[in-house]
Amino acid sequence: MARAVSTPRKIATTAVAWTIGLLIFFPIYWTILTSFKTEAQAIANPPLFWGFDFTLENYAVVQERSNYMRFLWNSVIIAGGSTLLGILVAVPAAWSMAFVPSRRTKDILLWMLSTKMLPAVGVLYPISLLFVQFGLLDTRIGLILVLMLINLPIIVWMLYTYFKEIPGEILEAARMDGAGLRQEILYVLTPMAIPGIASTVLLNVILAWNEAFWTLNLTAASAAPLTAFIASYSSPEGLFYAKLSAASTMAIAPILILGWFSQKQLVRGLTFGAVK
Amino acid sequence: MATRHSRSAARLMMAPAVILLLGWMLVPLTMTVFFSFKQYLPMRGDSLERGLDWVGFENYARFIGSSSFWPSVQATLMIVGGVLVITVALGILLAILLDQPFWGQGVVRILVIAPFFVMPTVSALVWKNMFMDPVNGMFAHLWRFFGAQPVSWMSDASVQSIIIIVSWQWLPFATLILLTAIQSLDSEQLEAAEMDGAPVLSRFLHIVLPHLGRAITIVILIQTIFLLSIFAEIFVTTGGSFGTRTLTYLIFQRVVDSQNIGLGSAGGVYAIILANIIALFLMRIVGKNLDR
Repeated sequence: MARAVSTPRKIATTAVAWTIGLLIFFPIYWTILTSFKTEAQAIANPPLFWGFDFTLENYAVVQERSNYMRFLWNSVIIAGGSTLLGILVAVPAAWSMAFVPSRRTKDILLWMLSTKMLPAVGVLYPISLLFVQFGLLDTRIGLILVLMLINLPIIVWMLYTYFKEIPGEILEAARMDGAGLRQEILYVLTPMAIPGIASTVLLNVILAWNEAFWTLNLTAASAAPLTAFIASYSSPEGLFYAKLSAASTMAIAPILILGWFSQKQLVRGLTFGAVK
Repeated sequence: MATRHSRSAARLMMAPAVILLLGWMLVPLTMTVFFSFKQYLPMRGDSLERGLDWVGFENYARFIGSSSFWPSVQATLMIVGGVLVITVALGILLAILLDQPFWGQGVVRILVIAPFFVMPTVSALVWKNMFMDPVNGMFAHLWRFFGAQPVSWMSDASVQSIIIIVSWQWLPFATLILLTAIQSLDSEQLEAAEMDGAPVLSRFLHIVLPHLGRAITIVILIQTIFLLSIFAEIFVTTGGSFGTRTLTYLIFQRVVDSQNIGLGSAGGVYAIILANIIALFLMRIVGKNLDR
């Protein structure tokens, strides 16, 4: 929307918008800043915005004391693995619903969505029990499975809305030219679907990375990802703000960067295509 | 068009997703319903191998009859309601603001959206310690600077604290969706109203708000479903004490802390029914959208 606006008004809007934007972002900024302070400076009053001794010590301490890298690696494996597995299952399903729709397609889509609404706490015990039975408790494969299942409806939905936008005529033309199902998918559909698949992957890595019910309840020591590692700071000893900040910064930095790329997909993915 | 061959191929391609989700839904759900009718206290020697006693609807009655049930409903309503009011009201204002032309729109948008990408355990602990701590928190410094007595947020204003933390996390979501909706508003209509001399408030009430109606409904429904099951934010801050024990947290405690599986399962069934009622409304909106 290109509206003609007077310069004074634009200046005023700029000032207000930046102030609010910085205020909302402030807790993140403060966390990052604090991670570079010493513990004593982290609790200084008045708070130190500048002029403190810049130190990387907290990052070293966090890694040393708790083997941070293992948690990070668990997060990467769990978020990446569950997304990848979800895509493998969802692409064929979304493809068939978008291009060979039947009378029941809409019902199936809505039913899939309804499984997403199941409150996790309502099935906490059964899932724990099944995890014990199958030896999945505190394993990465167990979490990959659960996170794949809870995000599968969103993955199918997002892919479906993207596939829907691919014009069917192109597929018909390919069929006329004698393309089989496999060629159709491999050479016609896939190249056109790549951007949609990429956005879906992005959003689901973010959702899986930040998931904090199953990751807290189904892991102990060996498969715990960053969400659980950070939760261990809820009963701290002594001064810990700088260390908490360093651990937090490392936990959120990768996802903040991914998140900035996925703003647009966020709306589509989380409203199930209802708002575009 | 679609041949019979491609139809059966399509069904085959859909099968893995459908079967997986069907299993994911039915197996644990059946187990929860089953346990909800049983007396099941593993700590007192009840076990699946030896068989569980059938107790009918006793767990359902006891879950509702317990002294912690109504406070938990109240906590749930306050937290969900508080967050909804804050995020929707501020979200509308922010969306309108961000829709205006100004310098650095892209950067401000990124700043506003950022909290959504912070994992719940991080945002809860950063707020709890670095902002709301009564001795070393930023708010305590601020309060003292103005000569006021610092607030013990987590004990004296626990529900409000949770509402602030969760609102901060969800404001970006509401803003982003409402902004997307506002951008599809016909600007000519607004300009015409402006030229006709309609004041800002009436332009907002009669043009902007009606246009946003559907988006607001979607924000409310989706957020409600997610907010009803917030867990980590309470787990790492108050642990359910000081009046922040929501329905979700109460069920969690029944199952994990007191190991009363039957009672917890009955609570779980209530939660599932509640979520489904809200989901029904959401599905109708989403379903209508599919037809277009």
